[in-house]
Amino acid sequence: MDQELFLTWVRSTGLDIAVGIFVLGTLWRLIEIYTLGHKPDLAVPRHRTGASGLHTMFRRSVPPPGMFKRSAISYVGGYIFHIGLAIIVFLSAQHIKLIQGLTGLSWPNLPSQFIDATAVVTLATMLMVLVDRINNPVKRFLSTFADYGAWALTFLPVLTGYLATKHLLLPYTMMLALHILSVELLLVFLPFTKLMHVFTLWVSRWYNGDTNSRKGVPV
Amino acid sequence: MNDHDTLGERLAQQGVSRRAFLKFCTAMASLMALPPGSANAIAEALIKAKRPSVIWLSFQECTGCTESLTRSYSPTLENMIFDMISLDYHHTLQAASGYGAEKSRQDAMENFFGKYLLVVDGSIPLKDNGIYSTIAGRTNLDLLQDVAKGAAAVIAVGTCAAFGGIPNAKPNPTGAVAVSNIIKDKPIINISGCPPIPAVITGVLAHYLTFGSLPELDELGRPKSYYGETIHDRCYRRPFYDQGKFAKSFDDEGARNGWCLFELGCKGPTTHNACATTKWNGGTSFPIESGHGCLGCSEPHFWDAGSFYSALSMPASPLKLATGGAVAGAAVGIGASVANRMKKNAAKSAHETSTIADLEK
Repeated sequence: MDQELFLTWVRSTGLDIAVGIFVLGTLWRLIEIYTLGHKPDLAVPRHRTGASGLHTMFRRSVPPPGMFKRSAISYVGGYIFHIGLAIIVFLSAQHIKLIQGLTGLSWPNLPSQFIDATAVVTLATMLMVLVDRINNPVKRFLSTFADYGAWALTFLPVLTGYLATKHLLLPYTMMLALHILSVELLLVFLPFTKLMHVFTLWVSRWYNGDTNSRKGVPV
Repeated sequence: MNDHDTLGERLAQQGVSRRAFLKFCTAMASLMALPPGSANAIAEALIKAKRPSVIWLSFQECTGCTESLTRSYSPTLENMIFDMISLDYHHTLQAASGYGAEKSRQDAMENFFGKYLLVVDGSIPLKDNGIYSTIAGRTNLDLLQDVAKGAAAVIAVGTCAAFGGIPNAKPNPTGAVAVSNIIKDKPIINISGCPPIPAVITGVLAHYLTFGSLPELDELGRPKSYYGETIHDRCYRRPFYDQGKFAKSFDDEGARNGWCLFELGCKGPTTHNACATTKWNGGTSFPIESGHGCLGCSEPHFWDAGSFYSALSMPASPLKLATGGAVAGAAVGIGASVANRMKKNAAKSAHETSTIADLEK
């Protein structure tokens, strides 16, 4: 298969399969998670302020006292690469065009130089958090293959996207095809790995906050 | 007049001045990315070059390649240089027809065996023994194999000859293939494009006459000097791409301001050709300059790469599995949910209350 056929495949059949699996996996997991339920709690709630769930959704984004100093790289790096990813995915012209093609929705884009700079910062930050994960004995001990896999699945689309737009390493056609393929791999694995947090994050925070409040630890 | 006298003699006969000729050589040296000094070397070599015999075979094609070559540059020097080869067989341009035409080809093949250039435009049908295109009762495949035997080199002009082109597009009813799928033992140069730029054809011929060899080729067999960079790399609208300024329709403010046509489906980023620098119609313009995105016509399978009007970042074909995926995902999710409930209920009903007496057993 030459690179033009490869590009056409990832833009058609490959994308179709990846989006199909992504939709299937996401719906499966969301339905399964939200129908799990829990045992009826017969005890009278210890404390009900009513907003603990909501508060927790945002409080968990702020480092608890003392934690920032102990793990500054995780917090700073985490913020930078998440915001970077959001900018790249949702504010570059090519990605908006893709979203428009799939959903009909579109919005203004940022200049490509800004997206390029964001990609460089995001890549550097992701490398930094990876090195930190490997260097820090506790983080290394807690890390599994799935953690490194999730990192690679997130890192590769940004790297190949940057290399493609900058015409580095491989011909643009091949690099663009690899970029799209790497995103398709991300879509395929997202529902079945911890990357699922893109959907479950806010609800699980709310659930934890609300449960803690019932048990007498309101926030 | 001798059919195969030198180029210098022929140019003098046609009243082409040395100044005009040197200008052409300098332009060719520049186009082929050769050092400036090589313009003189090209001139010297071309003046002395014997006009090579060229046999031009037209197979499954639309004659657009010949139209491009004959019309666009006429009557410029490039066209005259084309006159300077001995075109011994070409359906559209030759005066002879029928037996006379075929005899002309046969004579050229015998007299210049091992020396003539074979130019092919159009793809070759293989399905059903190649009956979908025949010339003088012979299939294209038979004719190509026969003529290629004595050729010094084969020049595949146009995307059909180079990569199969439109006849090769799905569902490829005639089983069309490129020249390189059939001829394996001769040097082949692909001058792709639908049609290719005339200056590229003349440039390759000039290179062959000057150096006696074919120019450096890319991995798809195309001369690197013309196909080394993408349209996007050399596009005058590139700054707008970099600034994120895109025309959203063919008649919006962006289009009128000449902004980038990426979102309107321009395939410039994945297309290797010299349109943005060499341009068309004597250097007048090229498709993007006329307000339309690049179709990617010099790349293989360009016809099957999705709509010409969908951006490269958009799906090349509609997604069909997403709805099925949603239904299946919901079904599996509900199934898993029911299974989980049943497991919980089973555990609940299997639960036995323990008493202190049980624990003391």
